[in-house]
Amino acid sequence: MGTELTMAGETLHINKGNLQPHLWVDLHADYLYAYALRRLNDDELARDLVQETFLSALEKTSSFKGNSTERTWLTAIIKYKVIDVYRKKNRLMSRNAADVKEQDMEFFDPDLNNWKKEHWPAPFGIEEQDPLHHKEFNIILQKCMAKLPPLWLSVFTMKHLDETVTVTICKELKITSANFWVIIHRAKVNLRSCMQKNWI
Amino acid sequence: MKKELKTDLEKIAYNCRQATYLIEKKQGEELSDREKLELKIHLAGCYICRVYEQQSLLISDMVRNLLKTDPTIEIKLDDDYKRTLKKTLADKINNQR
Repeated sequence: MGTELTMAGETLHINKGNLQPHLWVDLHADYLYAYALRRLNDDELARDLVQETFLSALEKTSSFKGNSTERTWLTAIIKYKVIDVYRKKNRLMSRNAADVKEQDMEFFDPDLNNWKKEHWPAPFGIEEQDPLHHKEFNIILQKCMAKLPPLWLSVFTMKHLDETVTVTICKELKITSANFWVIIHRAKVNLRSCMQKNWI
Repeated sequence: MKKELKTDLEKIAYNCRQATYLIEKKQGEELSDREKLELKIHLAGCYICRVYEQQSLLISDMVRNLLKTDPTIEIKLDDDYKRTLKKTLADKINNQR
């Protein structure tokens, strides 16, 4: 009896010691919000996910093993919720949207398959100015990403998100791997063109 | 009259659609030997697709950067929302006791 009590006490101590729910909002809310916002581009949805993450975390505090930090644990929860949003969005899409055809791309000549002259990629002209960290250039990228159709954006984001593997994305979003590359290709060609239009 | 492409080599040299597709695929998985050769031949003669490739790699890096939560870019929840959130959490914690 005495031993059991101690053990229960210890378990309680470990859990409560590592998790501090009353501090979550101050410590992690901004981080989780930024995490969700970058992946969803939807302010209201990102806020909701932060709240949902905290609430479901409270329900499963016992699953926190203390192997990771509190933040890593919460991030894993919100990551799963983000993927779930992608999945739901995809379910709402018609079958046609996933069935993209290479032939439809306006950028290339339908017979010769070369670039149409009006769509020729031209140098951005900021290659010398560390474009990777160029603030305005990054803002244009975000605006252009927001213009992509939801499924393309989901596929594209997931591909660049924590190096998620292709098979997982295809499984989660229910697309074939052939379609996966067609979508990535189309998304990238559109995105690049949008950036050229808005930058140069 | 429209140009007609006769040889395979000519078709590869013109096919920017396929070349840009391979440029994307290459960033995620290993291309087959045939695909590698096709892309090499195409890029050797196509300046525009070489520009595309360079920009495509840059955009991939930028997107990856953007998704990594970068602490130097300030994204913050407003205080009102945080207050509400704190209350919601506190209520839930109290109800669990």
